[in-house]
Amino acid sequence: MLEQILIQTINGIVAGMILALVASGLTLIFGIMDVVNFAHGELFMLGAYVGVITLAATGSFWLALLVASLVIAALGAAIHVTALRPLLGRDPLNTILATFGISLVLQNYALWQFGPVARKIQEPFTGHFNLFYLEYPWYRLVIAALSAAIIGALWLFLKYGTYGVWIRATTQDRVMAQAMGIPVPQVLTVVFAIGAGMAAASGVLFGPLVGVNHAMGLDWVLKAFIVVVVGGMGNLGGSIAAAILISLIESYASLWVSPAQAIIASFVVLILTLLIRPTGLFVPTPK
Amino acid sequence: MSARRTIVYWTGFSVILALLIVAPFALPEFWRRFLTEILIWGLLAMSSDILIGYTGMVSFGHSAFFGLGMYGAAAALLTTRPPSLGLAILYGLVAAAAVAAFVAYFSTRLRDIYFAITTLIFSQIFYVIIFTWTDLTGGENGLTFSRPALGIPGLFSVPFTTQTLYWFVLAIVTASYLVLRRVTQSPFGMVLQSIRENETRTRAIGYPVERYKIVAVMLSGLFAGLAGVLYAVQNRFAAPDFVFFLVSGEVVIYNVMGGIGTLVGPILGAGVFLLLREAFSRFFTEFYLIPLGVIFVAMVIFMPQGLLGFMRRWLNR
Repeated sequence: MLEQILIQTINGIVAGMILALVASGLTLIFGIMDVVNFAHGELFMLGAYVGVITLAATGSFWLALLVASLVIAALGAAIHVTALRPLLGRDPLNTILATFGISLVLQNYALWQFGPVARKIQEPFTGHFNLFYLEYPWYRLVIAALSAAIIGALWLFLKYGTYGVWIRATTQDRVMAQAMGIPVPQVLTVVFAIGAGMAAASGVLFGPLVGVNHAMGLDWVLKAFIVVVVGGMGNLGGSIAAAILISLIESYASLWVSPAQAIIASFVVLILTLLIRPTGLFVPTPK
Repeated sequence: MSARRTIVYWTGFSVILALLIVAPFALPEFWRRFLTEILIWGLLAMSSDILIGYTGMVSFGHSAFFGLGMYGAAAALLTTRPPSLGLAILYGLVAAAAVAAFVAYFSTRLRDIYFAITTLIFSQIFYVIIFTWTDLTGGENGLTFSRPALGIPGLFSVPFTTQTLYWFVLAIVTASYLVLRRVTQSPFGMVLQSIRENETRTRAIGYPVERYKIVAVMLSGLFAGLAGVLYAVQNRFAAPDFVFFLVSGEVVIYNVMGGIGTLVGPILGAGVFLLLREAFSRFFTEFYLIPLGVIFVAMVIFMPQGLLGFMRRWLNR
């Protein structure tokens, strides 16, 4: 039993890091742009598909990861310029509607283009190590480390990069940032592109663990929404903590119930959060 | 409303209602069913308009109320012999109201986007429960049952035909419309609209905003449940797909397409959406959502007041 709990702890942390990667893109886009990106799961899914195609063409997993992130980041920038920039300054609810429409289009496009059969991404290496009675794949640990590295890079970029400083300035006061000469519309496009690229990267990283299919984004976007609400919207650190917390709870829950029902555990966390601290578990108490 | 506008309104209402009543005589079987379906989805969209258009809360969880109405009706139709229409409506409404009370209690603590996300996640909770509780709900396969007869116990009872079912649905949708219209014009509806315009000020004047919101969500959920019962009666099955949040999303699309805050708009939106879907699926087969999604996004950007709002502005010019 103890062994099972330990194994599930590792599983939970691995899943939590991927979820944190998806959710940090989502929370970045929300925190800075006031855009609730319903299409985030579809960007994740399309990223995985671009990964599948690049992997088939070049045979290199790492190249696939890079190409998928760049292609989907470009797609994200295009979506932002065409559909979201006209909505600047309108009620944020409009962006929910627009991104919901976009998610329907992208999801059905993927179904049309790639068909309903799930594709598989081959993991870059297949080594195992012994964990109690299990042969645990190294790849899973690598995913967790890579996700952490990408999130760390994002943090450094926000802290020290020129664009990062602009992004933070735009978050704090959009009008003032504009007055200081920061190209706010471009900054917002870049933020959306970064979030999209991060979603694509997590799609490729996660691809080898499950099949790639057109509906895979749905589960993830819901989980990411839960994470973002529990962690506090627009709060990067809170999202990471919430992602790991929720994934751990789900892994432990799946010791007793089926994984499909384990999702209910994270719903319960959400309800409790809403009852106790509607602003999010990992944010300072609002004044 | 001035006297002249009242006359224009009721004339328009009677003409449209009369057209809808005689429609089945002119339409072939397929289109009769289709019109019934539009009316049912229209009722669902109209119920969510109470929240979206009048209270300013975008609900992404109406599929939960709709689905629970469906499963409630299914429970009544499967357990009682002979299946009774009255019990189906009663069970469906009770189930939808219970769920609505639960969702309302938690979700009304939050505003705007948070409300939308919370209602969405609540509808997913019910989806997962219904999907995995196979013994009770049939899981992925859903439940099938026979259609009840139209009648009042002890008085009369006739089996439904496509035509009588259409009229029955039309009667319920019309009655719901009149009730909801009355509600939105009542002092209660005025408070809801003032919450939409300025929540802080409404609270400052002294209205218990939370209580009003809870009642609004429950009222909306009740009519959504009614739509679910009608859908169950029309199609003789209940399936978890209808509880999935994409259904809620489509309901929001109907609202935005038709025009929010008008009650009639969402019905129009449902009609336009379903007609476009029918037309597009001739060319794009099951990928009809690609062109429809593009149209929807374009409407959000260029025509945020929807078809009805657009027409109204065009007429006023």
